[in-house]
Amino acid sequence: MKVLMKGNEALAEAAIRAGCHHFFGYPITPQTELAAYMAKRMPKVNGTYLQAESEIAAINMVLGASAAGIRAMTSSSSPGISLKSEGISYMAGSDLPALIINVQRGGPGLGGIQPSQSDYWQATKAGGHGDYQILVFAPSTVQEMVDLVSDAFDLADQYRIPSMILADGMLGQMMEPVELPEEGAKQPVEKTWAACGHENKREHNIINSLYLTPDKLESLVLERYERYEIIKKKEQRAEEYLTDDAELIVVAYGASARVARSAVNKLREQGQKVGLIRPITLWPFPVDTLKKAAAHTKQMLVVEMSMGQMVDDVKLSVDCKIPVSFYGRTGGMIPTPADVQAEIEKLLK
Amino acid sequence: MAIVFQKPHALTDAPLHYCPGCTHGIVHRLVAQALDELGVEGRTVGVASVGCSVMSYDYFACDMVEAPHGRAQAVATGIKRAKPQNVVFTYQGDGDLAAIGTAETVHAATRGENITVIFINNAIYGMTGGQMAPTSLPGQITQTTPYGRDTNTAGYPVRVCELLSTLDGVAFAQRVSVSDVKNVNIARKAIKKAFQNQLDGKGYSIVEVLSTCPTNWGLSPVEAVQWMNENMVPYYPLGVYKDIAEGVKTVK
Repeated sequence: MKVLMKGNEALAEAAIRAGCHHFFGYPITPQTELAAYMAKRMPKVNGTYLQAESEIAAINMVLGASAAGIRAMTSSSSPGISLKSEGISYMAGSDLPALIINVQRGGPGLGGIQPSQSDYWQATKAGGHGDYQILVFAPSTVQEMVDLVSDAFDLADQYRIPSMILADGMLGQMMEPVELPEEGAKQPVEKTWAACGHENKREHNIINSLYLTPDKLESLVLERYERYEIIKKKEQRAEEYLTDDAELIVVAYGASARVARSAVNKLREQGQKVGLIRPITLWPFPVDTLKKAAAHTKQMLVVEMSMGQMVDDVKLSVDCKIPVSFYGRTGGMIPTPADVQAEIEKLLK
Repeated sequence: MAIVFQKPHALTDAPLHYCPGCTHGIVHRLVAQALDELGVEGRTVGVASVGCSVMSYDYFACDMVEAPHGRAQAVATGIKRAKPQNVVFTYQGDGDLAAIGTAETVHAATRGENITVIFINNAIYGMTGGQMAPTSLPGQITQTTPYGRDTNTAGYPVRVCELLSTLDGVAFAQRVSVSDVKNVNIARKAIKKAFQNQLDGKGYSIVEVLSTCPTNWGLSPVEAVQWMNENMVPYYPLGVYKDIAEGVKTVK
């Protein structure tokens, strides 16, 4: 049965249904409804909703809960994610899974509270210190938010790596009908590495990111990068829309992809051969899809609600074999389908 | 032959890296002894913090998590909320607990988290080579207060037990020292009580241990104990600051 839900609330409900009964947060707009929903729902499932004293404390509570072997999450918006970046780096360095949701708003600094996509670099190029990656998922509908929450938890557990859902204020605030997964359908994964008491049955487990011997530290980073290579091979996701015969392909994710799709539809009605590639995983970036497309299309246009961040990865993916242009609005401005259409028409001339 | 003295089971065989005369070793032993006596090592998770005791994860035989600097009590909160049946403690120095981690400390305390906090106050940053700590005494010479801590510019030391005992979430706060046998015995009992409180669900319990840092104080181990007794104890009076027998409202 489909229910009408706000994006932020759907993310929360999906997480609970994916077996996450521990939420640690700190108020910030525009993710507000997510935390409020958790505060209402968690007591009903004997879970924990804890409003921390800061985003820093919240992510470290997630670190502790994850270290103890359970599914835990936090959510925030851009400035709050900057504060959480320290903890995310420690979690990456301690090989801890967890879900972090970023309902992006405009930046830098306090920026604004309108939808934005200017945290792409922060999410995909390591927002904290050190050599590390996290899984980054970019939903573009409320239904996809629900579906990706579950996958984000599963893959985080499978690869022992933090996962992020990179949404934005528009997706968080919009309402759409969604099909929710059944509650408790997931069996908790057994985590033999967790610090939850050895019961005198095994050696003590240590969850740690400190290695003072350089060769030991390097070997652990290298091991992690081997895992990253497997993830890059197996977990890339992208949606292709009308790309087969497209002479120009728009590349956009999240809310921008919705706008771009409208522009593509409009131009198709006019007989223009345009298509859309929508990255669903931002890390690993869907390099393979873009590479393949570059072999048969003439040019690409990257549309983002930023000054141009993902465009770098698109250029790297197509290896400069075709021209890649960029169109973006920033500071919480949302481009209209007509804006994008005009941009495409300029390029097709 | 009867064994009259041995290493607690809750300490591993790893050689401690602490400097000669440093009292971390004594406090490690007291914590481990409490875990042994209460029979809880198997269900205990310790949280190590950044500072000299960062590698305590190698020394305590229970499961351990190493927290980011200052965040030990947030990490402990996460563990305890995830697994309330676990016994959870943090082991933190003054820089970690009373400077960078002040917010985490105050809020874990005011929430009445049912955890045990072992707080080492040696009035200096040991690991990084002897900088001023939030608990360095007025006039104390450190690497970053070479002319002595000037309270006009560097402010005053933080008295943690006094501060935290004003919070309703705190069930137990005691300041002890490990300067001699008598005080070590008092410390032993306080630490055990701080763990027993957690088993009884009483809420946040903290033991502040006045400790020595001969290396960074530039004193011999014997002189360091003397300096602690003569300078730290007057500023940081020993004793029980709070002891709510029935405990505080806490997570069930």
